[in-house]
Amino acid sequence: MAEILKYNEEELLKEQGFDDHFHDHGHGDKHKTSFIFKYIFSMDHKIIARQFLITGIFWAFIGIGMSVIFRLQLGFPEDSIAWLKPLLGKWIIVNEETGIGSLDSQFYYALITMHGTIMVFFVLTAGLSGTFSNLLIPLQLGARDMASPFLNMLSYWFFFLAGIIMFYSLFLSTGPFSGGWTAYPPLSALPQASSGSGAGMTLWLVSLTMFVVSILLGGINYITTVLNLRTKGMSMWRMPLTIWTFFITAIIGLLSFPVLVSGFLLLMADRGLGTSFYLNEIFVSGEALDYVGGSAILYQHLFWFLGHPEVYIIILPAMGLTSEVLSVHARKPIFGYKAMVYSVMAIAFLSFIVWAHHMFMSGVNPFISNFFVIFTLIIAVPSAVKVFNWITTLWGGNIRLNTPMLFAIGFVSMFISGGLTGIFLGNSAIDIQLHDTYFVVAHFHIVMGVAAAFGMYAGIYHWYPKMFATFMNETLGKIHFWGTLIGSYAIFWPMHYIGMAGVPRRYYRFDGFEAFNQFTTMNEFITIAAILTFGAQLVFALNFFWSIKRGRKVMTKNPWLANTLEWTTPIKAGHGNWEGKLPTVHRWPYDYGKDGKDYIPQVIPMSEEEKAEAEH
Amino acid sequence: MDAMTTRYEQTSSRIHPLKFGLWISMASISMMFAAFTSAYVVRQAQGDWLEFELPNIFFVSTLVLLVSSVLLHISFRSFKQGKEQRYKLLLVGTLILGFVFLVLQYFGWQSLFEIGVDLRGNPSGSFLYILTGIHALHIIGGIVALAIGVIRAYTRKYRLTERRVINFELTLHYWHFVDLLWVYLLIFLYISR
Ligand code: HEM
Ligand SMILES: [Cu+2]
Repeated sequence: MAEILKYNEEELLKEQGFDDHFHDHGHGDKHKTSFIFKYIFSMDHKIIARQFLITGIFWAFIGIGMSVIFRLQLGFPEDSIAWLKPLLGKWIIVNEETGIGSLDSQFYYALITMHGTIMVFFVLTAGLSGTFSNLLIPLQLGARDMASPFLNMLSYWFFFLAGIIMFYSLFLSTGPFSGGWTAYPPLSALPQASSGSGAGMTLWLVSLTMFVVSILLGGINYITTVLNLRTKGMSMWRMPLTIWTFFITAIIGLLSFPVLVSGFLLLMADRGLGTSFYLNEIFVSGEALDYVGGSAILYQHLFWFLGHPEVYIIILPAMGLTSEVLSVHARKPIFGYKAMVYSVMAIAFLSFIVWAHHMFMSGVNPFISNFFVIFTLIIAVPSAVKVFNWITTLWGGNIRLNTPMLFAIGFVSMFISGGLTGIFLGNSAIDIQLHDTYFVVAHFHIVMGVAAAFGMYAGIYHWYPKMFATFMNETLGKIHFWGTLIGSYAIFWPMHYIGMAGVPRRYYRFDGFEAFNQFTTMNEFITIAAILTFGAQLVFALNFFWSIKRGRKVMTKNPWLANTLEWTTPIKAGHGNWEGKLPTVHRWPYDYGKDGKDYIPQVIPMSEEEKAEAEH
Repeated sequence: MDAMTTRYEQTSSRIHPLKFGLWISMASISMMFAAFTSAYVVRQAQGDWLEFELPNIFFVSTLVLLVSSVLLHISFRSFKQGKEQRYKLLLVGTLILGFVFLVLQYFGWQSLFEIGVDLRGNPSGSFLYILTGIHALHIIGGIVALAIGVIRAYTRKYRLTERRVINFELTLHYWHFVDLLWVYLLIFLYISR
């Protein structure tokens, strides 16, 4: 058993902290003026982080709620869901003869589209990286706040606005957009193509454009803060892996989201100005439209040039959170710190040159496909390095199996399961069978959806004490974990088989196909699993909101005995994060179990022996 | 922004965060135009592409924009050297040339229209309108910054503070950037018609 030391960080900060005269100017107080400025139009990064988190949780429930509804329809097409009429109104169509109420097929498509859009962008991009980048970048780097608190606030409010617009589109009489989260033309380009392609699509585009603005404002801030506002002694190679991943994520975002905007602008021109970038010789209800010379594939290129990096924008922060949580709760240094950083960089770089693996089946030249196959498969290498390092970090650790740790381990499990199926999909020949089937749905839900959610949950349970000064309930947390882990595998594992048999995704029902009848039971099973897993998330919501006021109070500054700087701030850190001086950093963040000491925070100066060692 | 500035003062070897932020935004904008021009190349390679001469007026507008950049540069130098009158006049000059550029771009659109290249129809024309149009929006952003600079120059007493130098520099860099962006677009359009 390693020796567990008590450190007096208070004294240390006073002794050798870094005085930036922050509190001399007295601006510590002006933000405390009124409720509105303290909690709503706040410029404090910690409040903005909580705003992102709570908005993200709101959207998560809307998003997964939708999936439960469309799964009910898909799993039990013969059963009546007329009881949902109070919620869905005219979108439930009751058959006059049989009295069976079913989901309007158009609205079914709208629901899967909104589910995808909301989960990918609002929950796993803004909710995840918005929350933790905001919370941790200044706290773990020893900064008073973001480089520009004002832009940071704007970033949140653009996200909020994007949300309002998308939310409004749910209530349009023609329904929200229904052409899939990827919004391929012509469904997205021709307002008359389907009922959701009109006003619904217009609002979808406006909302996502606002969303991109939010991402860009946030990203500029994150990058600038990481490069410019690190405290004394915090060199790049002493940054926790969380910060590395947020930093690289922000760079990917800034380089890829503008490309999506370009794609959107051309789409808007096609919709509003009558150009034909994406449209070519189309007939609608037997009538030829006067679009000529466009190419729908062009949109796919522009979309996936963002789309693929986007999946890494989602997963990298989750990887960072997982790495930190694993190391703290295994009481071991993260294995291969530099290898982790270089892998993240390699993944980020490669993510820009593999986009066409989403387009193997759209008629791209097979020789060009080969290029994309190779780079796609190469991504597996840095991914495997990371997995190896996580497992090695756990190996022989002094593991505390609490909720954040369980979710971090769950992340690793999900990432392995989903990553392996990616290798199948990455082969353009196998993809002929698998493309647009439930196999793809299973792949990306496990590797991206569930894994990122697990990373996010690990982060929430771990940093909850820092955000709210209370703990979440452990028992409920464990129920939540096991419910989600078992539930998610139960939902997505069977989908691989269905998909290999060729069952297509995005179909309103497939029980009419002779070949797919054998899957009826499996299909029902998936729906039931989805409902139960949704139930597990309600446990989380209950725990989250209940614990804000009622949870066990945090009594010490550093409840997890972690090394990083956020745990040297007061339990309820005010504006400016540190009272008095800023901490000075003397070491990397992963000195766990070193020289017989359980942990050595970053603010502890190096001993003579350590210094001598570092020279070599 | 207090937290930031105090830190910046202590570590002045690092570059100013706002300037840095602007550079990152420029990288983003560049990616957006890179996307447009690669879309252009991809689409062009598919054939069925209308060919036409680029109206000469676009070369005139380029010249105007380049001159405006030079003026702004001299204005900034004069500002730092305390030559108040000169810097103000040059700033106004830049602003005017900015407007002239926009008007010339509009004439460019008109002469395109006259030779039968419409926004609708073959994407080769649509691309030209969209590229120039979106670039013009970025110019308008620069014009707003310049206009604010002019208003401040004439309403506030001249003082050479670090804050003002930074603000001026931000405008200057942005203006050079949209200028270069246009030169890139022009060369691109010229060689890949
Ligand atoms: C070993 C690494 C991976 C490989 C080789 C891989 C490969 C692929 C391929 C080839 C497809 C296209 C399948 C098709 O549409 O026919 C695909 C889809 C997808 N992948 Fe992966 N993937 C990997 C990891 C990931 C990761 C880490 C994420 C997210 C964090 C992810 C998210 C997605 C998503 C969202 C889709 C489907 C998008 C859609 O069509 O709606 N993948 N993957
Ligand atoms: Cu991909």
